[in-house]
Amino acid sequence: MSKLIQRYTAGERTNHWVVAIAFFLAALSGLALFHPAFFFFSHLLGGGTWARILHPFIGTLMVLFFIAMAARFWRFNRIVAADRQWMKRIGDVLRNRDEGLPEPGKYNAGQKVLFWVMVISIPVLLVSGIVVWQPWFAPYFPIWLLRLAVVVHALAAWILILGIVVHVYAAIWVKGTIRAMTRGTVSEAWARHHHRAWYREMTGK
Amino acid sequence: MALQSLDITARSATTRPMPSARHTTEVAKLIDISKCIGCKACQVACMEWNDLRDEIGTNVGVYDNPRDLSDQSWTLMRFSEVEVQAGRLEWLIRKDGCMHCADPGCLKACPAPGAIVQYSNGIVDFHEENCIGCGYCLTGCPFNIPRFSKKDSKAYKCTLCSDRVAVGLEPACIKTCPTGALVFGSKEDMILHAEGRITDLKERGFSNAALYDPQGVGGTHVMYVLQHGDQPELYANLPKDPSISPLVSLWKGIAKPLMSLGVGLAVFAGFFHFVTVGPKEVEEEEERS
Repeated sequence: MSKLIQRYTAGERTNHWVVAIAFFLAALSGLALFHPAFFFFSHLLGGGTWARILHPFIGTLMVLFFIAMAARFWRFNRIVAADRQWMKRIGDVLRNRDEGLPEPGKYNAGQKVLFWVMVISIPVLLVSGIVVWQPWFAPYFPIWLLRLAVVVHALAAWILILGIVVHVYAAIWVKGTIRAMTRGTVSEAWARHHHRAWYREMTGK
Repeated sequence: MALQSLDITARSATTRPMPSARHTTEVAKLIDISKCIGCKACQVACMEWNDLRDEIGTNVGVYDNPRDLSDQSWTLMRFSEVEVQAGRLEWLIRKDGCMHCADPGCLKACPAPGAIVQYSNGIVDFHEENCIGCGYCLTGCPFNIPRFSKKDSKAYKCTLCSDRVAVGLEPACIKTCPTGALVFGSKEDMILHAEGRITDLKERGFSNAALYDPQGVGGTHVMYVLQHGDQPELYANLPKDPSISPLVSLWKGIAKPLMSLGVGLAVFAGFFHFVTVGPKEVEEEEERS
């Protein structure tokens, strides 16, 4: 086993998992209200009515913690020229042919795209969600806006859910990744292979 | 709230076949606005039969009382003063309430299984014990009818007295109407009755008299005879050509199955990528070096 490099502090990990757990509960209760095939997910929160009551509070919790997380990781997620080169070779990345890829920093282009998907979709979910939030806010908005908001909310949620499906799979697919968020550390070999520019910065090698 | 359970045509958030061993005749309430005197007996009968008591409101200078529909007021006389011909004031009084659409937007939008049902007789009924209080029915309804209770956050509206109709009685409002402006029967008979009334109105100079049975929602099980059938908006903004909002149709139509399929496919794509291409592992030599 090679040496370990610190990737996430305890605070960053806690922040991430609060967002993740809130997302998980909000996504499942949201899907329950979206298609009858998913209605059974509402039982996770204590039935349809509880799912309806809790969903917006859980969503708001997710937004608040996401703002903190986005602020922490913002500066690592600026898209640079190397990211475009990396994206052009996405087919090779998916086939595990990583030789000669541009050297990613802390995040590769795929991770950065997910970051920006979240930065855009989560505020859209917040605003459209407030518009349809019964019984607190919805009565103050006209019905045409409620109609627009439910569609926008569903679309933004769909994009976010797809993004998170990819995010979770990528963590499983790229071995040695999950410990970054559970233990906070990654192996030097992992860092050198997947995030070489960040590895150099961290180790000075 | 209903006695029927064998003759269901549609049930919210349900993808299985409906219990439909029994089939009942399609019914309709016909509201002949030309005969309405605005006595509000129908409002009282509705309160009485359904045992509802709205809060006592305040006079806002119009005859509408209460001011709007609510969880306690499922029908309401709406008074409009119009001059279709200059100098000739007309007082149009429309009994507002659920139209019991053949294609109900509320039911289409509802995510709670069995919170909204449509019987084969055409009545669209809310089952509040299954209602989760999300308010989606408000977005589905083209007539702005469902009302939220502040007490329990559930949606309420006219049941067309489904409990009375199920046992062969007419709705309470019909029973009480003193002028015959409200009639109830099979939808077929009500259309015939309306035709007679329209012929009569045309002879009396209302050349645009017409039946209001809007096809944009598949027809309704509450219909109006309008003296000015070409201008339904005169009657407290009765929509001319109501239909379920295209946004709601998109959301609960094509988007619902396609987006669900998309999420499912994404999960399976990941799984099959893993079992075919395999994980991305940092090679042993690389680990050691």
